[in-house]
Amino acid sequence: MNTNDGPIHASVGRALSWSPSQREIERIAQRKSLARKRIAIATLSSVVVLGALVIAVVTSPGFTVVKETFFDLSYGRKVLHLVARGILTNIMLTIIASIAIGIIAMTLALLRTSRSAALTPFRILATVYVDIFRGVPLLLVILLIGFGVPALRIHGLTSSVLVLGTIAVVLTYSAYVAEVLRSGILSVHPSQRAAARSLGLSQSQTLRYVVLPQAVKRVIPPLLNDLVALLKDTGLVSILGVIDAVRAAQIEASRTFNYTPYVVASVLFLCITIPLTRYTDRTLLRSIARQNAQGAA
Amino acid sequence: MNVLEVNNVRKCFGSEVVLEDLSLSVPEHTATVLIGASGSGKSTLLRCINLLDEIDDGSIHLDGEEISDPHIDVDVVRRRLGMVFQSFNLFPHMTVLDNITLSPIKVHGLEKDEARHKAIELLTRFGLADKANQFPDRLSGGQQQRVAIIRSIAVRPRVLLLDEVTSALDPVLVNEVLSIVRDLKQDGMTMVLATHEMGFATQVADEVCFLESGRIVERGSATQVISDPQLPQTKEFLKRVHEAGRL
Repeated sequence: MNTNDGPIHASVGRALSWSPSQREIERIAQRKSLARKRIAIATLSSVVVLGALVIAVVTSPGFTVVKETFFDLSYGRKVLHLVARGILTNIMLTIIASIAIGIIAMTLALLRTSRSAALTPFRILATVYVDIFRGVPLLLVILLIGFGVPALRIHGLTSSVLVLGTIAVVLTYSAYVAEVLRSGILSVHPSQRAAARSLGLSQSQTLRYVVLPQAVKRVIPPLLNDLVALLKDTGLVSILGVIDAVRAAQIEASRTFNYTPYVVASVLFLCITIPLTRYTDRTLLRSIARQNAQGAA
Repeated sequence: MNVLEVNNVRKCFGSEVVLEDLSLSVPEHTATVLIGASGSGKSTLLRCINLLDEIDDGSIHLDGEEISDPHIDVDVVRRRLGMVFQSFNLFPHMTVLDNITLSPIKVHGLEKDEARHKAIELLTRFGLADKANQFPDRLSGGQQQRVAIIRSIAVRPRVLLLDEVTSALDPVLVNEVLSIVRDLKQDGMTMVLATHEMGFATQVADEVCFLESGRIVERGSATQVISDPQLPQTKEFLKRVHEAGRL
């Protein structure tokens, strides 16, 4: 990279008059044949393995029963609208919860990474909060909040299971997301802070203009991961009686003793989560590529 | 009048004494060059002056005001000091132009247009106008360091602190960075530099200080210290630098 000027012109001149040598032509042909061989092997092994799986399932003794109770297409079509209406609840819940989680988690992460003396009690509280809600299973938090809060009989406090369920999800996920954000903040190299402070930026300006933009960008892939998990976990509020996709499917299934609605609900979840995870993978790979490029520069 | 005065400064990291009884006076429009082996305390001294590290004894004065006073507003002090780091430390998520205008706009309250105009002026002067809208990772090391220097002088500091600004660069890129520093010296910028480039030190230094184990053991003009060192350890150090091909 250092003596670019001269050699660049020389190589441009060479590139114009270049034609591949006999050896290179041979190599190209060899590479092509190797690539063909690899594709053939991949195809063959896929057909054998997947084929064996399908045969194992289809020839299993209970397959006809399973097909009727889990994959009844016409029944599935009939309950689709009910389960779909349920999944709208999950989506709404996810959207509202993720906004609340974003705000709470960012506050927790900032508190935990701050060094200000005045914030010490809040820093301790934030640490305790994260320890507790990261350690208790979400299902238990939902049950405790969903049944515990109404039992307090405090006047004016909501007893809507939808609201209480959402609060439980928000409480738990805020702890997870706070830790992700905190790791992002800590991953920004101290020299970046030093540079910002040496330019006269205050502590909070440094955080706002230099540290947070880099931190958040770095943790976007794990955050998207949490978003996918959040969408699925909103199904847990069905335990309180909220009619989401899971609950809608359950009601139908217990009426007819046919479990096709569960499969319908699963497929609906997949319709949302698969594109989301693909997108997450892409952003993850892109951010890794970017970091590697930076390391090389 | 001395812009910067360092009096009997001591700095420890744990039980290790990094700076001991170190004093330095930097008159306006002069360049003080710190030389010495890695670990002799050059970078620590610069970081202490910029209040990135706290001193353990002594005092530091900027324009007669004691900046090592614990009650002082460090942000206000740093507005009057510029610092350039060995590893550039540009903000990777901002364009070159945004890197340079961040402090003028957010800290010094300049209008956005005015700050940009001034930044472009500086970039043009140092041959980087075409890089204004690029991100740092698209620039060579030499270009990044030149941007870092422009960023730190965009707010017209009273003193510019340069911490081995060419150590991370290959020899060909070193010159483009040093030529900026020479230009700034001609403009009358007051500077304190830590460097291993003895030829360059000779060109810009009004005073050269040789540090060993946190003390200034020999000081004087460049011709005195670099061309005709008195102490055996200074001679030994310069001989080793010379052998490494830097003289």
